[in-house]
Amino acid sequence: MDIHEYQAKELLSGYGVKIAEGGLAYSPEDAVQRAREIGGTVWAVKAQIHSGARGKAGGIKICKTHDEVEAAAEALLGKRLVTHQTGPAGKVCGRLYVEAGTDIVKEMYFCFLVDRSAERIVMVGSAQGGMDIEELAITNPEAITKIYIEPSVGLQAYQAREMAFALGLDAEIMSHAVKTIKGCYRALRDLDASMLEINPLVMTRNGELLALDAKMGFDENALFRQQKISELRDKTQEDPRETAAADRGLSYVGLDGDIGCMINGAGLAMATMDMIKLAGGEPANFLDVGGGASAERTEKAFRLVLADKNVKAMLVNIFAGINRCDWIAEGVVQAVRKIDMKIPLIVRLSGTNVEEGQRIIRESGLPIITAETLAEAAEKAVQARNKVAALSTTGA
Amino acid sequence: MAILINETTRIIVQGFTGKIGSFHAQDMINYGSNVVGGVTPGKGGQTHLGRPVFNTVKEAVQQVRAEASIVFVPPAFAADSIMEAADAGIKYCVAITDGIPTQDMMTVKNFLRRFPMEKRMFLTGPNCAGTISPGRAMLGIMPGHIYMQGNVGIVGRSGTLGYEAADQMKRLGIGISSSVGIGGDPINGSSHRDILEKFEQDPETKVVLMIGEIGGPQEVEAGLYAREMTKPVVAYIAGLTAPEGRRMGHAGAIISSAGESAAEKVAILKELGVIICPTPAAMGKTVAEVLAKL
Repeated sequence: MDIHEYQAKELLSGYGVKIAEGGLAYSPEDAVQRAREIGGTVWAVKAQIHSGARGKAGGIKICKTHDEVEAAAEALLGKRLVTHQTGPAGKVCGRLYVEAGTDIVKEMYFCFLVDRSAERIVMVGSAQGGMDIEELAITNPEAITKIYIEPSVGLQAYQAREMAFALGLDAEIMSHAVKTIKGCYRALRDLDASMLEINPLVMTRNGELLALDAKMGFDENALFRQQKISELRDKTQEDPRETAAADRGLSYVGLDGDIGCMINGAGLAMATMDMIKLAGGEPANFLDVGGGASAERTEKAFRLVLADKNVKAMLVNIFAGINRCDWIAEGVVQAVRKIDMKIPLIVRLSGTNVEEGQRIIRESGLPIITAETLAEAAEKAVQARNKVAALSTTGA
Repeated sequence: MAILINETTRIIVQGFTGKIGSFHAQDMINYGSNVVGGVTPGKGGQTHLGRPVFNTVKEAVQQVRAEASIVFVPPAFAADSIMEAADAGIKYCVAITDGIPTQDMMTVKNFLRRFPMEKRMFLTGPNCAGTISPGRAMLGIMPGHIYMQGNVGIVGRSGTLGYEAADQMKRLGIGISSSVGIGGDPINGSSHRDILEKFEQDPETKVVLMIGEIGGPQEVEAGLYAREMTKPVVAYIAGLTAPEGRRMGHAGAIISSAGESAAEKVAILKELGVIICPTPAAMGKTVAEVLAKL
């Protein structure tokens, strides 16, 4: 789960990380009011969306007068910002963060993340801040310092110092730098964050070390013990279909294709989507209905898939383990009848009680296309999709 | 032979008396697994499914000489149960639980490393379907009847995709020595490579099928080891259509850096001499071709 910059900054400042003075605004009037409260002569008006690289997408505006603040807020609120992290659909900005302008003398990159290979938290930093770290890792890997943290003892002061020196910080600021780095680590551990990125971390002309941007991502498996973090969730930043799915205990990812999918198990779901692609089609979604696919759950899953108006055919692939194919078949038949489905449906059942499941589908009298194998299911789905597409282009 | 478990392995169930634990314990007993008891704190002394219930894993080890355990404990308490098993002297543990926090798994892995190699518990999962040595024992939640006994080893992250592979093989008359689910979480007990090492040492296993997916470094690490193996390794990597930065169901199935996409993993594995299944529908067929050449 991601949170906004202003939320991450608020959390981090509670851990001793210095941030520039700022405030949240929901309207241009709010924004001007915040600028007045902050004082000074330069402000940054920053779009709050769940994505990095907002600057390049025009999501951060530097303003020198209150009129400019108002104009910037006017332009940003309600705007759809597209960055390489949001995908082509972009994300709509509904909140602004107005921040005091900062006189920067040095920009650095700093983050903590979980290294899956080392099974440890790793601290990553570079004296070359403000850049895309992935790009830097390829063009100039020596400019990046990585320090691994031993889980049983946590981050040690010498490691924080080593990082601070690698960032090119002076001895005068060392004790504050160590405090900042250790504060970030404590925040990550206490709050079950899976990543924490400060890009850029900056030195100001008056010798302060500030987090100019802050991004935090949280382990969804740990939200049950992080009530305060759960409350920071902003559903407007998520794909509404994915939110709806998550609220129903389903795992859904919307994609650009037009063959809808309902599958049990994440691996089989990915494999079925691969098979659709290899058969010449494009999947419209990833959807794992999980182990206990009851009739009720099946209907919810169908509604979710069919809510995507691009979907021209739907493929159901269930390998029943704990489940039974006859239960699944009954759920599918019920869902189709209830929803009054208009597009072709391909069903492939496998595993426990498969014969009984196939009989239920056959005897339902519904125009459901059945398939025996994974390959056959994908081919039939692509054929059905092509038929529908041909009909709609000829206007029939 | 097979790996990790066989008909003599003395199994206990952690979270024995709960609804899910009971259901799968009965299923394992029906399959012929040697389930010798279970653990539910506070219910020690009772009998459940005709087996003794213990308050602690330590008691189960002392009284019924438990060697292997399977964990059905809810996510908030699962890491604790795994560490309890490790400390009590359990040799092999399967964690079925889905949803354990990543930091808890870091703690578990760190805890396991405190034990010297010969005393260290072997852990697979969490968020997996378990392990089966067909015809001998099942320590998991899979449909046992779809697996035929034989000499192909399977290691994979996904439950149902593993079933699909076993089913394709059964249709072609190919059996399995053991099938091990390592789970879909970013930090798990054992990696693909750890399981390949076990299969390499198992005289019964002739070929290994590795079913990987997008995200993380494990498939490539396994590929590096596969190059040193005496047995052929066949692989399928799921997630060709998965977009970057999106989590595909499994907590660990996310492309977050270079080398983690299905296409990149396939290219690297190919280079390392691993035989690639061109499609997920060809897992059985590809294994059959490799077996025919032995």
